[in-house]
Amino acid sequence: MSLWITGTQVDNEETLGNLPVLQKNETLINLKGVGVYRAGRWLVRGVDLSVRAGEIVTIIGPNGSGKTTTAKMAIGVTRPDEGQVVRARNLRIGYVPQKLSINAAMPLTVRGLLMLSGKQNSSDIDETLDMVGVLRLANAQVHFLSGGEFQRVLFARALLGKPQLLVLDEPVDGVDFSGSLELYQLISKIRDTTGCGVLLISHDLHVVMAQTDTVICLNSHVCCRGTPELVAENPEYLKLFGKGAAQDLAIYKHHHDHTHLADGTVVHTSVEHTDEGHEGCDHD
Amino acid sequence: MIDDFFIRALLAGIGLAFIAGPLGCFVIWRRMAYFGDTMAHSALLGVALSLAFQVDVLWGVFAVSMLVALALLALQAKGNPSARLFSSDALLGILSHSALALGLVVVSLMSWLRLDIMGFLVGDVLSVSNRDLLMIYGGGTLVLVCLAWIWRSLLMATVSEDIAEAEGLAPRRAELVLMLLLAVTIAIAIKIVGVLLITALLIIPAAAARRFSATPEQMAALAIVAGIAAVVGGLFGSLQFDTPSGPSIVVAALMVFLVSLALPLKAKEN
Repeated sequence: MSLWITGTQVDNEETLGNLPVLQKNETLINLKGVGVYRAGRWLVRGVDLSVRAGEIVTIIGPNGSGKTTTAKMAIGVTRPDEGQVVRARNLRIGYVPQKLSINAAMPLTVRGLLMLSGKQNSSDIDETLDMVGVLRLANAQVHFLSGGEFQRVLFARALLGKPQLLVLDEPVDGVDFSGSLELYQLISKIRDTTGCGVLLISHDLHVVMAQTDTVICLNSHVCCRGTPELVAENPEYLKLFGKGAAQDLAIYKHHHDHTHLADGTVVHTSVEHTDEGHEGCDHD
Repeated sequence: MIDDFFIRALLAGIGLAFIAGPLGCFVIWRRMAYFGDTMAHSALLGVALSLAFQVDVLWGVFAVSMLVALALLALQAKGNPSARLFSSDALLGILSHSALALGLVVVSLMSWLRLDIMGFLVGDVLSVSNRDLLMIYGGGTLVLVCLAWIWRSLLMATVSEDIAEAEGLAPRRAELVLMLLLAVTIAIAIKIVGVLLITALLIIPAAAARRFSATPEQMAALAIVAGIAAVVGGLFGSLQFDTPSGPSIVVAALMVFLVSLALPLKAKEN
């Protein structure tokens, strides 16, 4: 599947052009002490955050904690009122926003939406839709998709540009439980095969845990950060989410025995569930 | 037998339909109906000013509606304090009617001008000259070429401004170009349907096209067809019933829209 390999053997020189090939661990974005001030208060302040190639960084935090604002600063949509944002040169970003409603007055098929991302050939689009498991919806109108289907389509759209950095704002909103597991596994698989960096926003640590390298717990400022296991034990995190959150914390491990989502057949995935939180956690 | 002036009117209207169709789609998709109305209403002020300074009406109208568009963008910008107090719909309501009233007042103050205000309010397509036709088709071609140029980024910006921005599609530039194109269209359309009815010619044919379209491009193309039908129907109707041409075109457009709602769809209903 050459589509997913960014590197020297990429066959599509048109989309890669003369862009620099990603180095492993190369810093893609670096936010230093950024803050956004609106209507007399700081939405977020003093956030340090960086994402390197091949790394999955998850921002968690309650509603209104500035997760989306931080992501928008990272991708350059919102300008920080203080601090500094450094992005790698010519960084290709794939962005899935949290909420998106398309005016029903605009007729748009799934395929048409994906075509907007640039000069795309049909087989790339089909391949990407297939990967995300929504190929059968290629010619459907976007207005008639369910929440979960639409999220997958948006995810496919973001992947299509062969991003070096994926920014996903609550990508599993409206996706059912097993669907979210699948999506998170897909995200981590894409990270493994393409070496892209991922900035993930989530309001719950449960499901993202096994796939995340670094967790940043945000509540208008960075409360704590570190590996998921460390954050789950951190008193700041517990204060924010309550003791129950830590006790219930379930860690879903998966081994890369590769489910394929789209072909209809259910390929065996082993999902382990431990009630002991971090105890049973060993990333493979 | 059809007179020359009627042929010119038909050609002018059809030319306008070609630009109003695709642009009107964006006006609908981006919920800019009131915005377009405000720009169009300000055109009367443009007429008055260009007569006062003795420049071509087209330029005056273009300049004033563009200025109003820029002012509106600035007013609606997120950081603007007034944007927090009033919804954009209230702001547009204030500006749209103020612009029209201001235009009427300024025109009446310039008592030395003998100006047919009605002609500017509801259009005077039967008086279209060969030079006007040249402007319509020249300007129209320019508008369509520019629109094709920004088509994809404008569509993406319409779907999601944030995505377009994040992925380097320059949504602000596309929006600014759209404003420019709207201003050109208003300058062209003022003679055909007048400032009061320009928005109708943008929106109604596009709306009539919606049910029969599966893609944005189809909707734009069908909107052109619906616009041409409205122009031809309206002009022949105005000839037949001796009614004013601009309003007749809009009434015909309304009929096209109503028919579009009534027509059954062959394939599965969208």
